[in-house]
Amino acid sequence: MEHEKQGFVSRYIFSFDHKMIGKQYFTLAMSMGFIGGILAVLIRLQLGFPSQPFPFLENLFPVGMASGIMTPEFYVSLFTMHGTIMVFFLLSLLPVSGFGNFLIPLQIGARDMAFPFLNMLSFWTVVPGAIIIIISFFVEGGAAASGWTAYPPLSAIRSAIPGSDLGQTLWLVGMIFFVASFTMGGLNFVVTILNLRTKGLRMMRMPLTTWAQFIVGILGLLSFPALAAGALLLTFDRSLGTSFFLPAGIFIGDTLMPHEGGTPLLWQHLFWFLGHPEVYIIMLPAMGFTSDILATFCRRPIFGYRSMVYAIWAIGTLSFLVWGHHMFVSGMSPFLGSLFVVTTLAIAIPSAVKAFNWLFTIARAKIHFTSASLFGLGVVSLFVTGGLTGIFLGTNATDIQLHDTYFVVGHFHFIMAGAGLFGAFGAVYYWYPKMFGRMLSERLGKIHFWITFVAYYAVFFPMHYLGVSGMMRRIYDPNVYEYLQPLQPVNLFITISAFVLFAGQLLFIYNYFVSMRRGAPATANPWNSAGLEWSTPAYPGHGNWEGEIPPAHRWPYDYSEPGKKRDFTPQWEA
Amino acid sequence: MSSTAAGVAAPIDAARTPADRRHINRLGLFVALGGITMLFAAFTSAYIVRSGGGDWAALELPPVLWMSTALIAASSLTLELARRAFRRGSLPSFRSWSAATAALGTGFLASQYAAWLSLNEAGIYLQSHPKSSFFFVLTGVHAVHLLAGVLALLALFGLAAAGRLVPGRSDAPTLTAIYWHFVGGLWIYLLAVLSLLG
Repeated sequence: MEHEKQGFVSRYIFSFDHKMIGKQYFTLAMSMGFIGGILAVLIRLQLGFPSQPFPFLENLFPVGMASGIMTPEFYVSLFTMHGTIMVFFLLSLLPVSGFGNFLIPLQIGARDMAFPFLNMLSFWTVVPGAIIIIISFFVEGGAAASGWTAYPPLSAIRSAIPGSDLGQTLWLVGMIFFVASFTMGGLNFVVTILNLRTKGLRMMRMPLTTWAQFIVGILGLLSFPALAAGALLLTFDRSLGTSFFLPAGIFIGDTLMPHEGGTPLLWQHLFWFLGHPEVYIIMLPAMGFTSDILATFCRRPIFGYRSMVYAIWAIGTLSFLVWGHHMFVSGMSPFLGSLFVVTTLAIAIPSAVKAFNWLFTIARAKIHFTSASLFGLGVVSLFVTGGLTGIFLGTNATDIQLHDTYFVVGHFHFIMAGAGLFGAFGAVYYWYPKMFGRMLSERLGKIHFWITFVAYYAVFFPMHYLGVSGMMRRIYDPNVYEYLQPLQPVNLFITISAFVLFAGQLLFIYNYFVSMRRGAPATANPWNSAGLEWSTPAYPGHGNWEGEIPPAHRWPYDYSEPGKKRDFTPQWEA
Repeated sequence: MSSTAAGVAAPIDAARTPADRRHINRLGLFVALGGITMLFAAFTSAYIVRSGGGDWAALELPPVLWMSTALIAASSLTLELARRAFRRGSLPSFRSWSAATAALGTGFLASQYAAWLSLNEAGIYLQSHPKSSFFFVLTGVHAVHLLAGVLALLALFGLAAAGRLVPGRSDAPTLTAIYWHFVGGLWIYLLAVLSLLG
């Protein structure tokens, strides 16, 4: 493939190259993740030192922290935007839009995605969405404050709380951009994977990462439109006087709202019809990365490949049938609740299949402990921890007790946020050589892992204890309740651990950006991996392969075959 | 790889053959239609749930909707005639039939607008009651999708006029037709929901 001179704009800004678009998503997602992390630090500051003055912060947040004490309104905006930014703009953008774009063509042997223009468009659609979300902090009333789930009536009545006004409007606009971008991306994933696989790459020879991205594409396409529909109806309720989600008899101050007949539960149904598949949109790629990474560094074929694929399918399908488990305390019929318990607990089966397959892959293997494999093992650990607490929340009898407590916060930070994040970190350490032609510092990577792993458990494990003790989610100052005051040392411990966790991520950011220039030059296949993406040059150009695209002669997991001299056989060798 | 006038490196077409490309485009369209279907499925489920509310009131559908229905049915017919003409290689006939389709589509939009006006004249607005809210939302979102189809038809007409549509090679007429028939079918579905449910 001939390389013509490209201008800065066409190479780095309006690029059609899936690898550059993937890297654009990385930069955006990491920036958003950094902001989301700062929000988390501020949340923990309030919970660790409730309502204590930090005069220097008044300079940064003159309204939200007037005289250095955080206002309740600012606190509510903080956790709303922390959730929104982390769920959509970090954990969806980085593993799916970022790695999906970067890896799919490399792993299936295609020169680019099926629709390169649509791909560029989808990136430049999400950018304004991200900007609008950030800008919403600086409008009158502050950012949206109805939680990342935007439950009405808080999100639907503009005069409800300060964040319900302009901040919520911008939240909706930003999310519409996000949904548009994400569905375009999903379309591209599905079509690319179905049509552009290289010769010999049957579906059942695809890497599990690509399998995950394929199902994620389908999940996004089928679930995000429900959010779009809900967001449109919500906008009408907010601005045009309809009553889709608003019942009669709501007073704001002394004013009776004109709405009648609507039901906030309708929003919850629409939201969670998206919201639960969204959890797997975040989780499945992390599971795929983990499978690829563990096989490579255990020098073992992934255990139970077929069952892994079926498990991805099963999780994807079931994810559409479980949304009601977010609504057990909404007054739903106990009979309906029981149905949702059954479907929810059924997800434990394919999830356990995946966890056991990883364990069998690891068992008695001589693991190469690299930064990537450590994060892969981290995923397994977090996934099991979060999965076990999920059983308590998925069962309505126990959920009624635990609902809306810190038990839930602990749970989803393990299974969704944590496993998703660790998967993404592992993937960056593993594929970085292909992304930038250089190696990340392994030494910094391992320090990053150990700080992150220990601090992550230190932050989120005690939250289960807080939840069981009755500390509710979203509370601004737990000390207003006498029975929560004895828990203050736990909150302080969590806060200090959260500061350490955040500081540890600075190492990663340093490593990521400095290694782009100063990292050791990478070879084409630095980890001796068997996957097709490693058949490209060390720093592949536009079009990925210089000559013919290699055919796939086998699956990507041929490691340590008995009787062979080399401990792996690449997918592209006969 | 060549550079376009704007200095932007052209995208690489990963499809190996024109047949490949055709297949990819069609699949992409079908996948997109799947997404649109889910959008309206979500609206429908919201409609059904909301119709159980105590303030739900019946809404007499404006008769002009039958005119809309006739127009959109006719437009699917003319578009099929356009597509056949294209397959035969008769470009002038293709241009007239696709222009007729665009005109019928615009007529549909005008007829929908008349339906909204006639409701307004009867004192029924978006926020009057839940069924009227749904009526305006469903017909409005559908109209936006149909408008996209009209724009696609105009683009098709422009391409044909510029001589950039080659019978036997270009698939754009078929893609547009698939989308158009889908949006037409969607209208029949919405009409059924609005008149039969609640």
